Amino acid sequence: MKPILTIAKRELASYFTSPVAYVFLVIFLLLTGFFTFTAGNFFERGEASLAAFFGWHPWLYLVLVPAVGMRLWAEERRSGTLELLLTMPITPWQAIIAKFIASWAFLAVALGLTFPTVITANILGDPDNGQILAGYLGSLLLAGAYLAIACMTSAMTRNQVVAFILSVVLCLFLILAGFNPVTDLLTRWASPALVDTVAAFSVVTHFDGFQRGVIDLRDLVFFLSVIGFALFATGIIIRGHRAG
Amino acid sequence: MIKIDRLVKAFGPKRAVDDISFTVERGEVLGFLGPNGAGKSTTMRMITGFMPPTAGSVTVGGYDVVESPLEAKRLIGYLPENAAAYPDMTVKGFLDFAAELRGLEGQARRKAVQRVVELCFLDSVLHQSIDTLSKGYRHRTCLAQALIHDPDVLIMDEPTDGLDPNQKHEVRNLIRKLGKNKAIVFSTHILEEVDAACTRAIIIDRGRIVANGTPEELRGMSELAGAVTLSAHGATEEKLAALGRVERLDGAFRIYPRDKARAAELAQGIVELVSREGWKVEGMYSEVGQLDEVFRRITLPDTVKR
Repeated sequence: MKPILTIAKRELASYFTSPVAYVFLVIFLLLTGFFTFTAGNFFERGEASLAAFFGWHPWLYLVLVPAVGMRLWAEERRSGTLELLLTMPITPWQAIIAKFIASWAFLAVALGLTFPTVITANILGDPDNGQILAGYLGSLLLAGAYLAIACMTSAMTRNQVVAFILSVVLCLFLILAGFNPVTDLLTRWASPALVDTVAAFSVVTHFDGFQRGVIDLRDLVFFLSVIGFALFATGIIIRGHRAG
Repeated sequence: MIKIDRLVKAFGPKRAVDDISFTVERGEVLGFLGPNGAGKSTTMRMITGFMPPTAGSVTVGGYDVVESPLEAKRLIGYLPENAAAYPDMTVKGFLDFAAELRGLEGQARRKAVQRVVELCFLDSVLHQSIDTLSKGYRHRTCLAQALIHDPDVLIMDEPTDGLDPNQKHEVRNLIRKLGKNKAIVFSTHILEEVDAACTRAIIIDRGRIVANGTPEELRGMSELAGAVTLSAHGATEEKLAALGRVERLDGAFRIYPRDKARAAELAQGIVELVSREGWKVEGMYSEVGQLDEVFRRITLPDTVKR
């Protein structure tokens, strides 16, 4: 447990010692603001909810989360510090979990900084704060799922740009599988059962419940298993590199 | 402390390390020599537990590196190739991080950091970030990291690579000093380092050990070892040829002993011959052999074939 904390602390600190963290936070907050209030018609909706806010998250994270996760392993491999880290008296799993937790915590900070939106909704009306909380939980899990995938692609290559593009593509698949225009297209020739099966793999399908304020065990299990699977794959990939 | 038994590492069909066995005891400094690509780094990566071996075993302090990696890794300090370190951290931050991962806390950690900072002369750059350091300082920072837990086993991959002559000298002195109560393996392709710091040297080529011995023994493998170079007025090749094979140098003769084990007799014979013939000796010395000649002779044919 202790090594996990040590590595996570270092990893989190490394975000804030470079300007990357601040640039990311500013861009993230600007974009959430823009999508919520301008593109999402927050005021014109005439309802006290954060639907306009959370609805954009799968798309917003598509670009931003891989940008946070791309360096996790690619950078360690490129600079040779991976050798240093893995010859310390720790297991590779501790390093994988620590790095994931650190980046996830960073994303949680970014998400937490959107609190003025919640305040705005509460001032203007009387929203269901339980629903909002569920939305935040879902959003955090969504970010975690993307991040775990970014972790995995980051372990595949020394090149951060390649890691970024790969994880954007993978995450895009996870969105599109349940994205309405795509499922509509599928229903034209595929059986409803098949469409549902495909849609069941989508983050959008599972994120929907949280937005409506429903914390469904199946949705929780979905996000946690995406995270678990991607981190497990990260472990396999890293072991593969070491084995040559 | 380190026991390597029939170690093999294959990358696809290529065997980077091919059936290597050796042991290193406490108090020994083992120089690991070989041309680039001979398998030095791969061997070290297997000793430190970074890469699992394809076959064979590595035991450090009685712990098998594959079966009980944590116990083995606790005993090892490792300086990787090119002295990798996190560029965004300060020297102090980096050493604290390494100490924490090694399980050092509070007072013990502060003491450990203090000790390696003094040992590696890092005081002046303690709060500087690593990416602003010169190569010499970066190397020493990484070395400090390897020494932070005062390990029994120290593995260093080209510890003097890229350092200036003064820094090389410092690092070699440090290695010699540390070698008194640790088991040290370091790789290099600078042969003078073997004389400067090692108690024993192994030369590997294409994944195999081609020579293993003390620097003196390795030098003894040189063709030159035991030969006598004589420059004397009046000396003739015909007369000297009675003692051994003679090579004509610029204004001198080099006489090779017929039997290396009896090299001392050669020198005596020459002195007798000189006094009998009444030659005027201008210079005479016996050769101890040169490591680089040995190195070239046992690794070159393969390099050329490759």
